[in-house]
Amino acid sequence: MHLGRVIGRLVASHRYEGLSGVPLQLVQPLDSEGEDSGGALVACTVISSGPGDTVHYVDGREAAMACPETFVPVDATILGVVEEATNNGRVVAGMQRRDR
Amino acid sequence: MFLADVVGNVVSPVQCDFLNARPLLLVKPVTPRDSSAGRARIAVDTVGAGEGDRVLVIDEGNSGRQILAAGDIPVKTLIVGVVDHIELNGEHTYNHGENHHQGAKQ
Repeated sequence: MHLGRVIGRLVASHRYEGLSGVPLQLVQPLDSEGEDSGGALVACTVISSGPGDTVHYVDGREAAMACPETFVPVDATILGVVEEATNNGRVVAGMQRRDR
Repeated sequence: MFLADVVGNVVSPVQCDFLNARPLLLVKPVTPRDSSAGRARIAVDTVGAGEGDRVLVIDEGNSGRQILAAGDIPVKTLIVGVVDHIELNGEHTYNHGENHHQGAKQ
């Protein structure tokens, strides 16, 4: 599972039928310092996340297993909102770090 | 499986039910010679590891689900062991006790 930040929403009204009603959001992966790392990706979400939230997401086959329909073409799913992530005692991501 | 250092905690009160309030730790992959080996990940702790420990991590779904004895849950990154020491080509590159001692001095 990875640390990320929701940077936007994505609407695709015409899509694979097993994915209807599943929100899609743009996620920027973060490194252990809470800084952007690599390119953004599109992920499903199964919680009430939204832009600005720090989240954790799962990739690979397990991403589809988190969706309401488990045999769907999905490779990243947001599983939770991160309130706080620490690195050697410092808060590097989450609600406590709203400096962006 | 890969080696990683536990660098911190991840607090996530809003999350999927299947995670069941299991402890989540931020782990940073490392090589046996202490250099970084990729982006940090979030892992479910199954052994009681803590910050500063070097751990063994699996990042594969089937193994993860077997360890948790859970059904089809979307968890794949788990901490499955705490490393005591590493010997590479006859040279000791990591020792759990020493590492903690150094950490205390800082």
